[in-house]
Amino acid sequence: MLKLDNVSKTYKVGAFGSRQLYAVNGVSLEVRDGEVVALIGESGSGKSTIGKMILRLISITSGTISLDGVDISALKGAALKEYYRKVQGVFQDPFSSYNPIFKADRIFQMVHDEFYPQVGAGEWQEKVEHTLREVGLNPEHVLNKYPHQLSGGQLQRFLIARALLLDIKFLVADEIISMLDASTRIDVLNLLAEFKKRGLSILFITHDLSLANYISERAVILYRGCVVESGEIGKIFTRPAHPYTQMLLASVPRLDKKWDQKTNVETQADVVGSPKGCVYSSRCPLAFEQCKRSRPLPIEIEPEHWVACWKVTQTGG
Amino acid sequence: MGLQVENLTLYYQTLRGDVHALENVTFTIDDGEIMGLAGESGCGKTTLAHGLISLAPPMKYISGKILLDGEALPIWDSRKMDAFRFRKISIIPQYAMNAMNPIRKIGKMIEELLSAKKVDYQALLPELKRRLDLVKLPHDVLNMYPIELSGGMKQRMVMVISSLLNPSLLIADEITSALDVSSQKAVAEMLVEFRNQGYCKSALVITHDISILYQLADSILIMYAGQLVEKGPTAEIIHNPRHPYTKLLISSLPEIGVKYAERKLNGIPGKPPLLLDPPAGCRFRERCPLAFDKCYQVPPFVEVSAGHFIACWKETDGHA
Repeated sequence: MLKLDNVSKTYKVGAFGSRQLYAVNGVSLEVRDGEVVALIGESGSGKSTIGKMILRLISITSGTISLDGVDISALKGAALKEYYRKVQGVFQDPFSSYNPIFKADRIFQMVHDEFYPQVGAGEWQEKVEHTLREVGLNPEHVLNKYPHQLSGGQLQRFLIARALLLDIKFLVADEIISMLDASTRIDVLNLLAEFKKRGLSILFITHDLSLANYISERAVILYRGCVVESGEIGKIFTRPAHPYTQMLLASVPRLDKKWDQKTNVETQADVVGSPKGCVYSSRCPLAFEQCKRSRPLPIEIEPEHWVACWKVTQTGG
Repeated sequence: MGLQVENLTLYYQTLRGDVHALENVTFTIDDGEIMGLAGESGCGKTTLAHGLISLAPPMKYISGKILLDGEALPIWDSRKMDAFRFRKISIIPQYAMNAMNPIRKIGKMIEELLSAKKVDYQALLPELKRRLDLVKLPHDVLNMYPIELSGGMKQRMVMVISSLLNPSLLIADEITSALDVSSQKAVAEMLVEFRNQGYCKSALVITHDISILYQLADSILIMYAGQLVEKGPTAEIIHNPRHPYTKLLISSLPEIGVKYAERKLNGIPGKPPLLLDPPAGCRFRERCPLAFDKCYQVPPFVEVSAGHFIACWKETDGHA
C-alpha cells in the first residue's frame, strides 16, 4: 500500500525567494494493493507533482510518502534501486521519453544491465518478447526500430512493457493517453485494466473524468494542490458534492448531451502563499463569507465519500 | 460564399518519393458555418490546414482549386498569399504555448505584428480590449510576457490575436487538445461566440476529439489516410454515422459512466497505411470489417441525403 500523509511541495518565488508557492498543499491519500486510484484536476492542480514525488524525481517539502510502511524519502543506494524495482512511472509524451539517437528497444537493454545482469541474453530476449506480446505488440514489427519509426501508441506500450519487465507493484500513469488517438486510447486503458486484475496498483493521473471512471475504483479531486473531494468514483460521479467537481463533470464533452451552462474560467495564473480560505473560493459561484476566512476540512457525507466545502458542511451534507 | 475546395491534392516530397498526404479533397464551408475536421493522427487534417494558409516545402501543391468568398486563393504562391494571410484567412496554431514571442510583452508583440500588416495598433486597441473582455482576460496581459500566463490563458490570448482582423476563415488547429476539460470547454464556447459576433465568418476546427466537435461544430468532416470519408451535419454524423470508419471511431469513445468492469470498449484494430505508397482504392480497406472486391477502386464522395456525403461502396451501391 502506498500512502501519502499530509504531503506538501512548495517553491520559492519572487525576489530572493521571498514568497512561497504551494504546488501541493497537505495532501493525504492512499492506494491499496491492486487498486486504481484516479488523481483528477485541472492543469496546475499539482497532480503531476504528486506523481513525481512518489517517483522520487522531486523532493518532498513536508509530510511523508510511504510504501508498505517504509518512508521512501530516506531511501538511498541499494534500497532506492530496490524501490524502483517496485515502483515505476509512464508519462504523457511518449516521444520525449526516448533518446532519438538510439533505438527504442535500448530501454529494455538498460533494464537488463541495471536490474537483471545475472539473466542470460537469450533468456532476456525471450522475456522481452513475451512482455511485448502481453502489451499487444508484435515483437517482429517493433524491435530494432528508432523512436520516430514507431507510433505514439506503440511507444507508450513500450514504456508500459519496460515497467512490467521489472515486475512492479505500483505504476504512476501520468496522463498516458492524452496524446494518443481516440482509437488507440481505449486499447491502452484496457491494457492497464488487465494488469490491475493481476494485482498491480495504479495511480492514474488525468483530467478526463470519463476515462478515469472507466478503469478506477476511487478518485481524488485536486484543485491548486488541495484535495477538495475524494472517495469511491461511482459516488463522486453520480453525486458530485463540491462545486469544483460539479464544474469539471459539466465540462466533459460528451456525445449524448450538449454543454448547458457557461464555464467560469480562471483569470489569474498563480496564487502565491497558502490561502487562508478555501482555494476554490475565488471561482466558486456559491462562495460566501466563511469560504474566504478559513479552509474547510473534509467531512464524510456518505460512506467512502469525503468533501471539503463549507456549503456542504453547513447544509449538513 | 464561404470556402470552396475542389479536388485539392497535396504531397510531401521526400527522398524516397512522394507521400500522398491529401488526395482529391472536395468540400465547402458556408458563411457562418463552423466545420469540424476529425481523424486519427496522420490522416491529413493538419496538412489540409497548413496547405490552405502556408504551403511550404516539403509540402507540394499537385492540383486543386480553392475559392474564398469567390476569390481564388493562390496557395502555391507564398508571396501572393501574403495579401490573404491574417486578413482573409487566419490560423490559431496547434501549440499556443509556443506561439507567442517569449521575449516580447504581449502588447508589444501585437503592435509589431500589426505594423507588419500596415494596421494601426492604437486605432485597434479599443477593439482589442473589448475582445480581451470577451475571453475574460484582464487588460493587464498586454503588459505581460507569455510565460506569466497559464496554458488556457495563452490559448485564449492567441485566439484573440489570430482573429483580430476579422478573417473570412479562421482555422483552429487542435486548439483544445493540450488543455484540461474546463479550459477546453471555455475555449470552445469562446470560438462559437467569435463566430456569433462576426469576428470570423466561418471556421474550420481540427481535432481528434469528436466529442468536442459535437459541442461546437455545425458540420463534421471525417478523414482517413488523406481521403475524405464522410461529411454531414453534426447530429447526423454522431447519431447516424454511415461509413464503417466513422462508426468505429465513434464507438471507441468512452461514454461517461461506462466502466471497464461492466462493459469493455474496443479500439479499432490495425493501423493506418503508410502514405508513401498508399494502397489502391479505399484506404480504409485493410481495417474495414465490411470490405469487399469493389473496395479496390476509390469510392466516390457522394451525397446520400441533404448535406450528408459519404465515400463507401457498401453505402453508395445500394443508392445508385
